Amino acid sequence: MAELAHQLVKTDGETRLTVEGEIDLSNSRDLRAVILAALADTRALAVDLSAVRYIDSSGVANLIEGFQKAKAQKKSFKVVDPSEPVRMVLRMARLETILLG
Amino acid sequence: MTTAPRPPGEPVWHRRLALDPPALSDLRAHVRAAAAACGLGEAETARLVLAVDEAAQNIIRHGYQSDAGGPVEIALWQDGRDLKVRLRDFAPLADLAQIRPRPLDQVRPGGLGTHLIATIMDEVVYRHAEDGSGNILDMSMRWRGG
Repeated sequence: MAELAHQLVKTDGETRLTVEGEIDLSNSRDLRAVILAALADTRALAVDLSAVRYIDSSGVANLIEGFQKAKAQKKSFKVVDPSEPVRMVLRMARLETILLG
Repeated sequence: MTTAPRPPGEPVWHRRLALDPPALSDLRAHVRAAAAACGLGEAETARLVLAVDEAAQNIIRHGYQSDAGGPVEIALWQDGRDLKVRLRDFAPLADLAQIRPRPLDQVRPGGLGTHLIATIMDEVVYRHAEDGSGNILDMSMRWRGG
């Protein structure tokens, strides 16, 4: 089972969600719930993926969904400081420009 | 039905496993170790691991259509500068015409896995097992030394 941990820090006007570990099919549903709950409670969500060692398409789907929900609600959603494994997958999915803002 | 030759030689790594979402982490670790044994660099290993993981989760989601998953046989061969991977499941026969990458011009969740596989691997062949008992995916990646 892939290990995944997260931490939420709220500051003035922005919430930073820091994720650590591996995001795969075994835990991406949990992460989806965390992202959507954090987004519901803020105007701007920054998802820090600097400590993510692996992400698959199910994890990327969560990021896309968060981005789209934020856009529909006129909120801000961005991925910040992606690790190289994350950047590799975002590049292949042609999502670097969209998600890294 | 498309046919593909069996990769020559003994597999670097092969296993029959009960594939479900929690098993993916171990599967990645095994593929990572096998890739290292073949001399792949860090970047190529990361890409190969991602392709195999995406193929395996497609079997869980679209083959067995349940988080309970099912049995899978997986083997990894080295053939010159080609790294070949075979995943064989025992799921209902897939509609092979429906397995294709989605266009990326629309930003939407889902459907990325097949695109990632096609981007990473140089050759990808889906077929039915000859006895109709499942599906076989043969993939190969040309080792470029990265």
